[in-house]
Amino acid sequence: MQPDLTQEILELVRLTATSLPEDVERTIAAAYETETPGSVAKSVLDTILKNVKMAREHSTPICQDTGTPIFYVDMPAGWSMREMRRQIEAAVAEATRRVYLRPNSVNSLTGKNTGNNLGDEYFPTIHFHEVDGDAVTIRLMLKGGGSENVSTQYKLPDTRLHAGRDLEGVYKVVMDAVYKAQGKGCAPGFLGVGIGGDRGSSFYAAKEALWRTLDEPNPDPALDALEKRITADANKLGIGPMGLGGKTTVMATRIKAIHRLPACYFVSIAYMCWAYRRHTMIYKNGKAEYK
Amino acid sequence: MRKITIPIDDETIRSLKAGDAVLLSGVMMTGRDAVHKWMIDTFIRKTREPQGDDLEVYEAIKKILNGGVLYHCGPVVAGVDSGDYKFVAAGPTTSIREEPYEAEVIKHFNIKGVMGKGGMGPKTLQACREAPAVYFHAVGGAASLIAQSVQKVLGVYKLDFGVPEAMWVIEVKDFPAIVTMDSHGNSLHETVEKASADRFKALLGV
Repeated sequence: MQPDLTQEILELVRLTATSLPEDVERTIAAAYETETPGSVAKSVLDTILKNVKMAREHSTPICQDTGTPIFYVDMPAGWSMREMRRQIEAAVAEATRRVYLRPNSVNSLTGKNTGNNLGDEYFPTIHFHEVDGDAVTIRLMLKGGGSENVSTQYKLPDTRLHAGRDLEGVYKVVMDAVYKAQGKGCAPGFLGVGIGGDRGSSFYAAKEALWRTLDEPNPDPALDALEKRITADANKLGIGPMGLGGKTTVMATRIKAIHRLPACYFVSIAYMCWAYRRHTMIYKNGKAEYK
Repeated sequence: MRKITIPIDDETIRSLKAGDAVLLSGVMMTGRDAVHKWMIDTFIRKTREPQGDDLEVYEAIKKILNGGVLYHCGPVVAGVDSGDYKFVAAGPTTSIREEPYEAEVIKHFNIKGVMGKGGMGPKTLQACREAPAVYFHAVGGAASLIAQSVQKVLGVYKLDFGVPEAMWVIEVKDFPAIVTMDSHGNSLHETVEKASADRFKALLGV
């Protein structure tokens, strides 16, 4: 029988909702240093950093929109997916009861909020993978609705932007997405970009790209250069924190390229707000570790 | 930072300029998507008959909103089962979704301040000129910090809309915000967007 990880998963949810990852906080702090003293941008970043500290100290949600809970579960052969889903659902419902999460699951037809963050097989979202070894790794990302609303998808070529089916074309549509988002996705943000796939897998890749930490370069040198170029140019737009003007609009770009159909060339942008909430739990030899 | 007390008089509103940082104190009410639709359908455009406690709620919120502040916020609230409510996280939600309704809502209820994030469009800006009223920008996602400025939850209406969508009446002290749309037709959002459009065109050569 597989162990019951409900309590361990509950801790993962609490940690993710209330404690911003170290690399993200460090990046926001660095952006704060670059903004002009006395500017609206600096004051907004100051508020954000204070809020991050306070949320961690009080163990309260960093943002009231605790987002869509997206789980990525890597399990060795023999573990039951149905049992794991049951445990994740129990942990999510309990986390909602303890107000680490806001009730966020709404029936699209009736408008009724279920009150416990459970819904159908898409809420919470759980992606399962079978892996070698004996460790179970559960990753959780909480993605807010404001940033999801400005996330978008392009189909290359794009005539309006003179964007062809190459990395220059990718650059142009991603810049367009940043421009259109203005401050609405809770800038300064992070960009997850998926290149290729079908419409569904393209967005999946865009979100998956957001799992690479902010210290890790892209293993592909061409994509690494493109990530840096997009981030630098996005910051020339002057949109700034919350769209109120400033030097910091995008703090990092993360790109993942996947195979595509000959007829299709999708570029998907998963806009992540500054409250870039993601944490990982590794369960091994009866013990859970968090990072 | 300038301290503002709610209810706010017209003279104070007229003195506020886009870009001003303020600290708000007094009683305000939350309201977002479901609330705006309910207000418009039931009491403003009247395409729906009042039902249940609608009229009673309407009379109560009229007093709160007269000269008051409507906050676009879907909070995380503790004590929903016991009725001993406490705001745990209370940052702003995106305001532009209410653009089709807000101008009429401001006028109907004599609202002096609308607060949220992301700013609003030309219809609301025009309503701010006429009312007069202003748009306050709260820092998106700064939920824990903002919750600290909520001294007390005075009550809630239409909890059946769901916790995020209900109308929460709160007493706040030194709630931090920035005026981004004033009553003189200035919108910081418009200024930033225009400047970024020029830079965008230059970078992409389109």
